[in-house]
Amino acid sequence: MSFSRRSALLTGAALGVAPLSRARAQANTIRIGVLNDMSGPYRDISGPYGVACTKQAVAEFGAQGFNVEVINADHQNKPDVGAGLARQWYDQGVDLILDVPTSSVGLAVSQVAKEKNKAYINTGSATSDLTGAACQATTVHWMYDTYMLAKSTGSAMVKAGGDSWFFLTADYAFGHALERDTANFVRAAGGRVMGQVRYPFPSTSDFSSFLVQAQASRAKVIGMANAGADTINTIKQAAEFGITRRGVKLAALLMFLADVHALGLQTAQGLVLTESFYWDLNDRTRAVTRRLLPHLNGAYPNMASVANYSAALHFLKAVKDMGVAAAKASGTELVNRMKAIPCDDDAFGAGSIRVDGRKLCPSYLFEVKSPAESKGPYDYYKLLGTTPAGEAFRPLNEGGCSLVRS
Amino acid sequence: MASETTLTAIPTGVVGKQAPGIWGFNGSQLIALLVLVAALALAPFFLYPVFVMKLLCFALFACAFNLLIGYVGLMSFGHAAYFGMGGYIAGHAAKVMGLTPEISIIAGGLVGAGLGVIGGWLAIRRQGIYFAMITMALAQMVYFFCVQAPFTGGEDGIQAIPRGKLFGVISLESDMAMYWVVAVVFLFGFMAIHRIIHSPFGQVMKAIRENEPRATSLGYRTDDYKLVAFILSCGLAGVAGATKTLVFGIATLTDVHFSMSGEVVLMTLVGGLGTIFGPVVGAAVVVGMQNYLAELGAWVTVIQGGIFVACVLAFRRGIIGELGNWFKVKL
Repeated sequence: MSFSRRSALLTGAALGVAPLSRARAQANTIRIGVLNDMSGPYRDISGPYGVACTKQAVAEFGAQGFNVEVINADHQNKPDVGAGLARQWYDQGVDLILDVPTSSVGLAVSQVAKEKNKAYINTGSATSDLTGAACQATTVHWMYDTYMLAKSTGSAMVKAGGDSWFFLTADYAFGHALERDTANFVRAAGGRVMGQVRYPFPSTSDFSSFLVQAQASRAKVIGMANAGADTINTIKQAAEFGITRRGVKLAALLMFLADVHALGLQTAQGLVLTESFYWDLNDRTRAVTRRLLPHLNGAYPNMASVANYSAALHFLKAVKDMGVAAAKASGTELVNRMKAIPCDDDAFGAGSIRVDGRKLCPSYLFEVKSPAESKGPYDYYKLLGTTPAGEAFRPLNEGGCSLVRS
Repeated sequence: MASETTLTAIPTGVVGKQAPGIWGFNGSQLIALLVLVAALALAPFFLYPVFVMKLLCFALFACAFNLLIGYVGLMSFGHAAYFGMGGYIAGHAAKVMGLTPEISIIAGGLVGAGLGVIGGWLAIRRQGIYFAMITMALAQMVYFFCVQAPFTGGEDGIQAIPRGKLFGVISLESDMAMYWVVAVVFLFGFMAIHRIIHSPFGQVMKAIRENEPRATSLGYRTDDYKLVAFILSCGLAGVAGATKTLVFGIATLTDVHFSMSGEVVLMTLVGGLGTIFGPVVGAAVVVGMQNYLAELGAWVTVIQGGIFVACVLAFRRGIIGELGNWFKVKL
């Protein structure tokens, strides 16, 4: 190979100088950064769909005297990558970071937002700590959290007739917390907990013995206090054992429309789960779904992707309300304004944001339809029960958030 | 006294003559070192300081790993355990115990080394693939421990770790202040590794890499040397993890996960096995990809895989190894 020392040195020098230019923020442009998982386990829940929903919100908001720019990046579910990107974005003039699934990343970005005094709306993480012990004046938590999932699935399920429960729990802090919270709601609603089995986490892939144990308890509902691949495996194996066909309900505590789509109705039928949005809920949700569909590559919106639409719209309203210069100056003030003005959009309806950063919306308990009941694409859910916005989330004084004055 | 002379004399014969230079650096290495120091001094003014800090932490981690694989020929598949545990300990020390950053970093390094004593003591009894499997198994045990132990915060990790005040006086809250601390920690670790490699002890390490039975026949207790090298490597990995934790204010499962053990192998391979500057360049390539390609979404991992394959197939010496080969110098 003819590669002289001199040409090598010249190439090296040229490469070294190249990346010196940096993006500069413009005074009249509001920048929204969507930070989520584009390549890992949460991609199909939000990922590119969350970005498309944010862009749709910007398009619907229209020209209001300032420009809006949407950028996005993949945090690869690594807290250090996420926190690093968040720092960089905020320093380079991004005014809002949106989405951020995976609790460890979500909490890390919340710290960065506080440090930089910039707005942060988390729609993707489930941890209720974001509005509890770890709450910040710059953070808003949209759509859902573990408390809301446990409450809706736990108490609404008992009201719908599922009054005896058996838990299949991943043996780590998250699983324990889900099981504990849900069991409390089951008991509070008058149901009974027949028992629980804890399986080693991670790396359990064969759930058959646990499922047989759950079935032997004769409970009407098997609660799966786990997430992700574990939940999917449990559902598949329960379908093979014919558990759901014998009238036992499987209750997933953390699951989305995209997961049901991936499993297929044959396997997922009879599954019970909670979401705060379903496209076929009412005229407004159908209307927003119609507008979003052309941008989603054939997928239907679920609560995680559409929450970005709702949150971005509300953020832009607050920016318009207080003016671009004031909005750029202080994330705390911007979030205070977001808390002060009422939320209303087609996806989640009317709502509000509490002082601890919690966005309030109703939660819905759904049952997955059987293939025979399903009439069209993504016609997957039937509504079992609704928890109104005021009751769906943890009471303000129980979260331990320092922003709440008692 | 007699044993001391053999220590210095014989292994030098095994691996070839050392070029004269300053602190064991030969001419070209000295130039490369000057370039490195100049880059360290100038980088935060051109690049994003937090990114450079992250890069330096991973560079130190890769250098520590390279100390084992490049100079003793021991392939550890579980270095994330020492890196991540160092991070957790530093995070716990700084947040819960309220210790100063330098003590937290030292604590992280000591715990990394302590774990290295146990891991090394077990692993060096076997060679090749068995060695790698034992280190990997031990790392998985550490991972499970971190998932379950209360002080690590499970999958949320330890969050909101304060950077604190250096020596209880200088606040590290500003990124530039933190940068200089990280740069000094990195340079300290880098020079320490260089010193270790060029000490009589390092000569024996290389002798073991080249031909372990021969080193044994020359009268060296190779197991002792391997164990000490393992502990040193783990301790430095712990320091790197602890520093990273303080930079970001978080310690999470990502750093103890086995994919991190794989990433450090990738960094070292891309940069150049058994070269002093290779792991630094390799870390820059891998961390830079994770950072600057984040906007490309799913392509990050695909490109990473492509680079790994290209590296193994086309330039097996790694970037620095190939450069050194072109310019006929040892880097």
